[in-house]
Amino acid sequence: MTLEARRMAESRLGRAGLLALGAVVTILAVTGTAFIIAGANPLEAYHAYFVQPLTREFTLLEVLNKATPILFTGTAVAIAFRAGYWNIGVEGQLLMGAIAAAGIGQVVEGWSPLVVLPLMILAGALAGAAWALVPALLRVRLGIDEVVTTLLLNPVALLVVQGLLHGPWKDPETGFPESPRIAAAAEFPQLSEFIPLIGRSRLHLGFVLAIVLIVVAWYVLARTATGLRVRAVGLSPHGARFAGIRVERTLLRVALISGAIAGIAGVSEVAGIQFRLTEGVSPGFGYTGVVVAMLGGLTMPGVLLAGLLLGDLSVGASSAVRSLQIPSQVGDVVQGTLLLVVVGAVAVYRWRTTREDDRPADEGEPDHDEPPDRPEGRAPVESPPA
Amino acid sequence: MTFFADIFAATFRNATPLVYGTVGETYTERAGVLNLGVEGTMYAGAFFGFAVAYQTGDPWLGLLGAIVVGIVAGALMALMTVTLGANQHVSGLGLTIALIGVSEFANRLMFTGGSLPRIEPMALWDPLADMGGPLGSIAEQYGLTYAAFLLVVPAGWWVLMKTPLGLSIRAVGENPEAADVAGINVFRVRYIALMIGGALMAVGGAFITLAVLGTFTLDIIAGRGWVVIALVIFGRWRIFRGVLGALIFAAVYSLGLRLRITPGFEDIPNEVMLALPYLFVILALALSGRNVPYPGAYLKPYRRS
Repeated sequence: MTLEARRMAESRLGRAGLLALGAVVTILAVTGTAFIIAGANPLEAYHAYFVQPLTREFTLLEVLNKATPILFTGTAVAIAFRAGYWNIGVEGQLLMGAIAAAGIGQVVEGWSPLVVLPLMILAGALAGAAWALVPALLRVRLGIDEVVTTLLLNPVALLVVQGLLHGPWKDPETGFPESPRIAAAAEFPQLSEFIPLIGRSRLHLGFVLAIVLIVVAWYVLARTATGLRVRAVGLSPHGARFAGIRVERTLLRVALISGAIAGIAGVSEVAGIQFRLTEGVSPGFGYTGVVVAMLGGLTMPGVLLAGLLLGDLSVGASSAVRSLQIPSQVGDVVQGTLLLVVVGAVAVYRWRTTREDDRPADEGEPDHDEPPDRPEGRAPVESPPA
Repeated sequence: MTFFADIFAATFRNATPLVYGTVGETYTERAGVLNLGVEGTMYAGAFFGFAVAYQTGDPWLGLLGAIVVGIVAGALMALMTVTLGANQHVSGLGLTIALIGVSEFANRLMFTGGSLPRIEPMALWDPLADMGGPLGSIAEQYGLTYAAFLLVVPAGWWVLMKTPLGLSIRAVGENPEAADVAGINVFRVRYIALMIGGALMAVGGAFITLAVLGTFTLDIIAGRGWVVIALVIFGRWRIFRGVLGALIFAAVYSLGLRLRITPGFEDIPNEVMLALPYLFVILALALSGRNVPYPGAYLKPYRRS
């Protein structure tokens, strides 16, 4: 390492450290203020939010449990964002998967779980992908911004859920807007039944699926030609097209896979936790997925860490309601603050370091974070010149 | 006849929050910033407007509170996207998550348990009451609805298209480098546009709590912010076209609500009616979608090199 290179690395490291410090201070200041307003000692609150859930086996397992849905949605979002496809519709796609799971779960009484579980997962994936299809087609065929269309379909998906629950699926016994309980064969097995080391907890098959999915997604994105194409499209649609990659086809596939993963998240919640469809089956898991994906830097190891961190936060938030009387809504404030501060810090870091390298600021950003070349990305399908 | 008068009256009422939001979002996007914080800004405007009105007993002070919150929200979005140059999609979503979180947190602290807190909502205003008949009932609207259509829309158009400030906003959204060379402070103009936009969005949200409902409930914005994003694209970043889109959306929505209590239509599930306007917007985007003239610097942070 030459002296100059080392100095640069050091200053980069120094800059990153300084930025990280600034980010942490900002996060502590904002969330600490929220805790004080809520009438709690901030130090006790941080301890309750972040440390306490990790100290007992039951709460630790609950952290993994709470992380499960957002590991799915975080992966779904990260894959799409990596390709420069802004799928903000994961929330709605998840709900479609939940509907599929609840629908199948009601009619499979007496079937073998070995048939039912794969069937539900497949159906949920298809339902999620189907909900993602229209925005994806509008984007690649007509160049219509997928941000808007995927977002707009979220309230529509919730209305479909509500329509089912207030109509045909209303629980005949209680009259509550909840679907009938799914058959036993459709319930995801709890891990404590299989792994003796795991104590009593709600942790279920969905967590294992999420981990497997993240490993597969990591391998495909980082180690295969398909992954390279996805990343290339995300970095520069124009360059990717020039290199012979079929950009529209890649985007369409990524959108459908992202929707399918979101759909499986819905299956996991219905079959592993709720055992029925409810209006509250997703308290914004799709949007939290965006937080997870961005905190994780759109990489799979990052998504895993960020998902676990937010799972920790979620368990801590619900225990702090009891122990410190802090309203659970602070959890959302913390999430939003985390997202804004991290995204801001990353933007500043990239900008400074690229400037330091003396590259033109708008060219050298190796950056899935920046929008892909919009006019090009937006253009209606044009077959590349033969 | 009352059927159509009802729908007309409801259309203007239901379009009002969308009109404020659409004019506001048009300002931010013409300056080159897609503000996905609109949903959260409307939410915060709805809550804090109500909270101030509840504490002071004056809905107009509530409106002022909402405006302040909207300006702060716009400034925060500017800090993220203009000063720090962060990704606009994610900053906007983060802003929405944070603002909804803060609003619900404050709601929980201020109004725990007990009965739903209420305020005396803003009064309806009916200049044509003497005429009676359908015209009289259509004209019976809230002051904020009159302000939206008669003041904010024309003034918003005039400022954006006919004044130096508007020219600066459009310039920094179209070609910030050229604007900079021409002596326009790109950063300052984008801050101003985002703060104007934030204030208008917050008023749109506050209209629902201060005028229509007189109370605050969770999920009160219910995706109207996302509709606004679509309306701005539908309107091709022109204020009058965007407002037309808001009126069409509100007409479909109002028709759906009215049909629920119309004989012969009761069997259609409520949810179908509520979903129609969203599907309608997506259809409208699909039909008008090709070659959408995005502002030149859309989504691009500006940095002096």
